[in-house]
Amino acid sequence: MIRVENLVKTFGELRAVDGVSFHVRPGEVFAFLGPNGAGKTTTIQMLTTLLRPTSGTMSLDGLDPVARPLDARRRFGIVFQDPSLDNELTAYENMHLHGVLYHVPRKVRGERIELLLTLFELWDRRDSPVKQFSGGMKRRLEIARGLLHTPRILFLDEPTLGLDPQTRNQLWTHVRHLNETEGVTVFLTTHYMDEADRAAHRIAIIDHGKIVAQGSSAELRQQTGTDSLEGAFLKLTGTTIRDERGDPAEMMRQMAKMWRR
Amino acid sequence: MGVIYVLWLREVKRYLRSRAQIIASLGQPLLYLLVLGFGLGPVFAQAGRGSYLQFVAPGVVGMGILFTSIFSGIGLLWDRQFGFLKETLVAPVPRLQIMVGRTLGGATIAMVQGLLVLVVCLLAGFRPQSAAGLLLAFVYMALIAIVFAALGTAIGSGLRDMQGFQFIMNFLVMPIFFLSGALYPLNNLPTALAAATRIDPLSYGIDGLRGALIGVSAIGLAADAMVLAFVAMIFLGLGAWAFSRIQI
Repeated sequence: MIRVENLVKTFGELRAVDGVSFHVRPGEVFAFLGPNGAGKTTTIQMLTTLLRPTSGTMSLDGLDPVARPLDARRRFGIVFQDPSLDNELTAYENMHLHGVLYHVPRKVRGERIELLLTLFELWDRRDSPVKQFSGGMKRRLEIARGLLHTPRILFLDEPTLGLDPQTRNQLWTHVRHLNETEGVTVFLTTHYMDEADRAAHRIAIIDHGKIVAQGSSAELRQQTGTDSLEGAFLKLTGTTIRDERGDPAEMMRQMAKMWRR
Repeated sequence: MGVIYVLWLREVKRYLRSRAQIIASLGQPLLYLLVLGFGLGPVFAQAGRGSYLQFVAPGVVGMGILFTSIFSGIGLLWDRQFGFLKETLVAPVPRLQIMVGRTLGGATIAMVQGLLVLVVCLLAGFRPQSAAGLLLAFVYMALIAIVFAALGTAIGSGLRDMQGFQFIMNFLVMPIFFLSGALYPLNNLPTALAAATRIDPLSYGIDGLRGALIGVSAIGLAADAMVLAFVAMIFLGLGAWAFSRIQI
């Protein structure tokens, strides 16, 4: 369903993704694990047509996202790692706009929006502008929105970052349900080992832009001679803490907050 | 069609919800209208040019439209920083439709803002020559709005941070305004300045507005409309191209 060969993305000197190859089968839940700045998000950005790779080939459901971005976009849905809501619009308006952009038929749209907003406990706040929401509520809305249409491939980029255990549980239950009943292929990244362990059929561990190991959780533990996925992860990627490079977008957000009245 | 409409609607909603901003952006045109209108009025009258308030009002309307439309395009920068841009860029929709929806939304807002400035001008004592002229003026207002909303989109697609924004403001938007003849008549200018005013698309917009509203046109109403329509086409093409190339 997803095939990536020798994918490379460089930003100046930095090789953010450095010759990554992997293959995700149809109907599989595949997890990308890696420390901060390992190249997880960059890989997803290339797969979802937001970035053009420096070299290498990709295919989504047999389509090259570089050559045929629009057709590729018809195949997937994504929950981004960082915010992507319109803060001036209400929760419902954000959902509705997404539904129109993703061609969810009018009849189904209203029902699905109600279902998902109820599921993530936002239905009572549907007419409040998103800028009044707490961080957790925004995150829940992002996830509800990402699940509004049913794509063939669902990308989840650290979807549970900053979520409480209840919502996290809701999310994984729903994702598993989509995967089992609709056969949606799921590609996810996460920092939480237990999630990868529970949700993913197969896991790839990426560090410094390279895949250092892949296989099922059991295979990874066996390869490294450890008794937990976390142990395997630390053994493969070391124990030093990584810094991501300063992000201009993050700096702008800080500045914009200062200017808000 | 649904996609263009929903993105257009988003721009309009955002505008209507930012009341403070609507009022604030009336401030600058108002200042030019009142201070220059009454301040330069006596000199202008002595030079045998009639009322400066009458002369400058169309220029101030054009200014309001210019600023609002370019800034709406540059709003892309905010959407990029706050992440919403990504949401539209990965949607299974041709980017051309996204760009058109946004740009038409920006143009609509600019048009409304121009109308507000026009109302303020009327309150300040500006009198258009006829009702038909007023209707004709709407055509030029719409053309100005589309030209600069498209330019704003083209620029916004390339901007990554606030420094670029300052640069655009000082080296593009202000020159466009000052070279447009919004504040002074376009005839009998030094050659270099005259040439510069003819390159500025806003000159044709202001000239058209002035022709429609007070019956004074240095270039000719038909020529104004044709140049604006042509430039609108080029900028829309440029905006669509720039937008299609955006990477996050």
